[in-house]
Amino acid sequence: MIDRAVTLRRPSLVRRAMGTDSIVRRFDGLMLVAVLGLSVLGTLLVWSSTRTWAPGATGLVKKHLLNQVIGVILCMVVASVDHRAMRAYAPLVFLVSLAGLGLVITPLGATINGSHSWILLGGGFAVQPSEFAKVGLLLIIAMLLAQPAEGSDRPRNLDVVLALVAACVTMGLVMLQPDLGTALVLAVITAGGLVISGVRKRWIILLATVAGAGIFAVFHFQMLEPYQIARFTAFLDPSVDPRGVGYNSTQSLIAIGSGQLLGKGLLGGGQTTGRFVPEQHTDFIFTVAGEEFGFVGSLAVVVLLGVVLLRALKIARECEDRFGTLVAGTIVCWLAFQAFVNIGMTIGIMPITGLPLPFVSYGGTSTFANLIAVGLLQAIRVRRRVFD
Amino acid sequence: MMRMRARLLVLQVLVLALLVVLAGRLWQVQVVRGQEFVQRATETRTRTVLVPAVRGQILDASGRPLVRNKTALVVSVDRTRLARTPDGGAGVLAKLSKVLGRPVQDLQRRITPCAPKVPKPCWTGSPYQPVPLDEKVSTREALQILERQEEFPGVTAEVHSVREYPGGRAGAQMLGYLQPVTEAELEKREGLKASFSGVDLAGRDGLEYVYDDELRGKSGLRRVQVDRMGKALGVEEQTAPVAGDTIVTSIDSRVQAVVEKALAHAMKAQPSADGAAGVVLDVRTGRVVALASAPGYDPAIWAGGISARGYQWLLSDKSGKPLVSRAINGQFAPGSTFKISSVSAMLRAGYPLNGTYDCPGSYMVGDRAFNNFRGQGLGTMSLHTALVKSCDTIFYRAAYEQYLKDGGRNPKKHPKEIFANTARAFGFGKPTGIDLPGESSGRIPDRAWKKDLWARTSAISCKRSRTGYPEEKDAARAAFLKRLALENCTEGFLLRPGDSANFSIGQGDVLVTPVQLARAYMALVGDGRLRSPRIAWAQVRPDGTVVKTFDVPVVGKLPLSEKERLYIKGALSDVASDGTAAGAFAGFPMDRVRVGGKTGTAEVWGKKDTSWFASFAPTDHPQFVVVVMVSQGGMGAETAAPAVREIYEGIYGIKGPAALPGGRPVSRLPRFAPDGTVIRE
Repeated sequence: MIDRAVTLRRPSLVRRAMGTDSIVRRFDGLMLVAVLGLSVLGTLLVWSSTRTWAPGATGLVKKHLLNQVIGVILCMVVASVDHRAMRAYAPLVFLVSLAGLGLVITPLGATINGSHSWILLGGGFAVQPSEFAKVGLLLIIAMLLAQPAEGSDRPRNLDVVLALVAACVTMGLVMLQPDLGTALVLAVITAGGLVISGVRKRWIILLATVAGAGIFAVFHFQMLEPYQIARFTAFLDPSVDPRGVGYNSTQSLIAIGSGQLLGKGLLGGGQTTGRFVPEQHTDFIFTVAGEEFGFVGSLAVVVLLGVVLLRALKIARECEDRFGTLVAGTIVCWLAFQAFVNIGMTIGIMPITGLPLPFVSYGGTSTFANLIAVGLLQAIRVRRRVFD
Repeated sequence: MMRMRARLLVLQVLVLALLVVLAGRLWQVQVVRGQEFVQRATETRTRTVLVPAVRGQILDASGRPLVRNKTALVVSVDRTRLARTPDGGAGVLAKLSKVLGRPVQDLQRRITPCAPKVPKPCWTGSPYQPVPLDEKVSTREALQILERQEEFPGVTAEVHSVREYPGGRAGAQMLGYLQPVTEAELEKREGLKASFSGVDLAGRDGLEYVYDDELRGKSGLRRVQVDRMGKALGVEEQTAPVAGDTIVTSIDSRVQAVVEKALAHAMKAQPSADGAAGVVLDVRTGRVVALASAPGYDPAIWAGGISARGYQWLLSDKSGKPLVSRAINGQFAPGSTFKISSVSAMLRAGYPLNGTYDCPGSYMVGDRAFNNFRGQGLGTMSLHTALVKSCDTIFYRAAYEQYLKDGGRNPKKHPKEIFANTARAFGFGKPTGIDLPGESSGRIPDRAWKKDLWARTSAISCKRSRTGYPEEKDAARAAFLKRLALENCTEGFLLRPGDSANFSIGQGDVLVTPVQLARAYMALVGDGRLRSPRIAWAQVRPDGTVVKTFDVPVVGKLPLSEKERLYIKGALSDVASDGTAAGAFAGFPMDRVRVGGKTGTAEVWGKKDTSWFASFAPTDHPQFVVVVMVSQGGMGAETAAPAVREIYEGIYGIKGPAALPGGRPVSRLPRFAPDGTVIRE
């Protein structure tokens, strides 16, 4: 009997991770593959677009890779947290993100590339609190709207109002920077949360009316900066000033269009090498994909983004609690809007807005925020059943 | 949860729709319109820079350079890069103006593209081509710019070739000058558009203009790949420029220098003189040996673009309009030098060659007496003596008689106008066709010309005949002008008897250019054929092979028999030894070189006389025709003849070394080494 003694040892970490009951097994692998594909593509594109001028040629690529590693760790950490517990932390996360936005306004804030939205951490690192604010806002909105009214499947009016207040405060702080692009993402997150949560159509109509009136007021009372109006005019007709405000859209169209079906090959893009498109490792990174990988490559980016979005929608649908569904749904709204506006502006169907392409663009904080969003989605998927 | 799921479904449809929109637009941009963007990408990514060809030289008959190239450091500015600096280039220009020591407004003007209301000097070239701002920078200045490129974005200092004139002012009007090509010129020279680059200069006057195509060569092309800031990343395509051909002229720079000096002396000797021209032709070939006009100017003024003030100065009365070549554009009454035409007209009208003619002190033409020079009667004489002593009354009489034969004041339907038509046969009244641009035609005032003039001026004359000249202070002059106006109004269309008399001695309305007179004399003392003089002799490739030689075309024949021609030539041969120019040639070794010719003193209303001397030498077998004209120079024998003497002295080496040893112009083209340099023998 002695030799049949059972040794009670915990299985190794790897074995546990691979076990049938492991949460890793319950991750959405397809989404992770898509995110990995986008990240790898992004790294290549950042290299191609920065090698001619970045310190040591690979300086920015290394930093980008480091950002991605940090992002993956954040993703894993978030994924391991029970999202239902996260509901309790939502107000805290929200307040911390608001504090971050507040810090930007204080003398700690820094201006990089004309936008006052940074906090310098030293050592060449800086964070953009507005990226985290997207996560903070979507969590608080999901928390508020997850609690349905008595005997109904619609959120309570008070919660709707609170959600709107939270959104307005966040957007207000972002507009102080000013960062119109991020404010629009926040607006989309809010609108998405409200719609998905099942608010009455009259709320939707009312908010749409208010938004319409707001847009009208912005234009009518000329509340936009002149450059923003110029960008919009240039979007409507890029030939107005092809060397001025229309320059970006004209050049990015030329870069993408000249990629044709198969592209000029990695590092083969003359427009990219010549740096004709500005910000081509961040906001305009899609032009590098378009020029060097052609239609095939840029379509691949769109398809990979589509995989992420559709898998996220699947997670939202399959989640059995309102909070999880709301979080997943608003993440879809966020990423879909940001991706569409970003790619759209490079191919001339959207006005120029300073938004990065999710998972692809260079940029630490946005990489973190995007991967945290993936972590949230995975957390929700892992615990989609109410009684798990 | 059902409601949420339904709304998620809506969201899913929306997301799919957005993805489809993106994919569709990408298909449209990259696949459907891809080719179009490839083309636009090439346009933005590359800059085509035209590399100007080295312009050919202009050489004299023995291969000495009249115009050559020297390398110079040229500072140019790339306007597109300048425009991208934050202040639109103002700062860079300010710094540049300090280095170059030129006012910043001047630099600003030079780089502004020319447009109807833009003041000169503006940039006439392509907007993408660097604008040369200074062609005379020192190495130190160039280094200041090149070593601090970050302070001078878009500014370069490169070695270019620019024109140099070893002869200084000599023949400046004949050689011409270069200026940037204008839009209008590009349009006009449709076929050559491709070979023009924005920086290319085009000949604007003189030989540089006429032989622009031969001299220019073909500019090369360099397609450079550039980045957004216009920094060159590499050369994509390159075609080397083809240097322009050399033009060898028949000009002899030594003779040219002699002529320039003689004109300068003549101008100095006559303070009233306001211009002069000298022409030396080779009688045996019809080629031009020297062509000068005073006052002159230093053609270096054109280098690097002329300033507005400099250009005004070249055309101003104060400077004597040095840009204008008196040799081809100076139109003056020829005075007695014209009598070679008039004597021929007499012969054609039937007056005997060997007859005797009375030369009274004055002759009544109609109701007005026309006097000999100083009113002296010279008795009866042959035509020979009439030419040597320059009798006027013989010609008055013949011209008046012919005038009456044509019907006088009531002309026949087809008047013969023998004097005017003979003058035409001598090549007067139309350009000689010399290979220089903008030549004047002179004027033959025949009956048709009178009518035409009257048609254009009668309205003013008639008005003046009524109103008079109240603005004229001198009462006598005003009265005279009023009478003249009335005469012009009522019968200005008529060739009056006095007009015909004046014409016969080269006075009045007849105008000729020095080149016209020189080639008429060349025909007379040569072979009787009228030629279109040529300056260019041969076109030679940079490698020394002769592309072609320029022929001297024969364009007419004098209306004289060989006997008549030699008779007139013989008469002219005595002018310098026994005739009107004997004083000017006193002491000249006629036994060594016998000079013949004719003086001319033409009255100009309100000004001093125009001084002429048309000559040839040696008389027995002429080699050269030399014509000098001095505007407001006084008598022909006083001013022009001594200048001609000085030229012969220079050519034959009477007082110093001979410009042309043995009095023979260079008869063989210079030989070239394969590298294009002239082989000195």
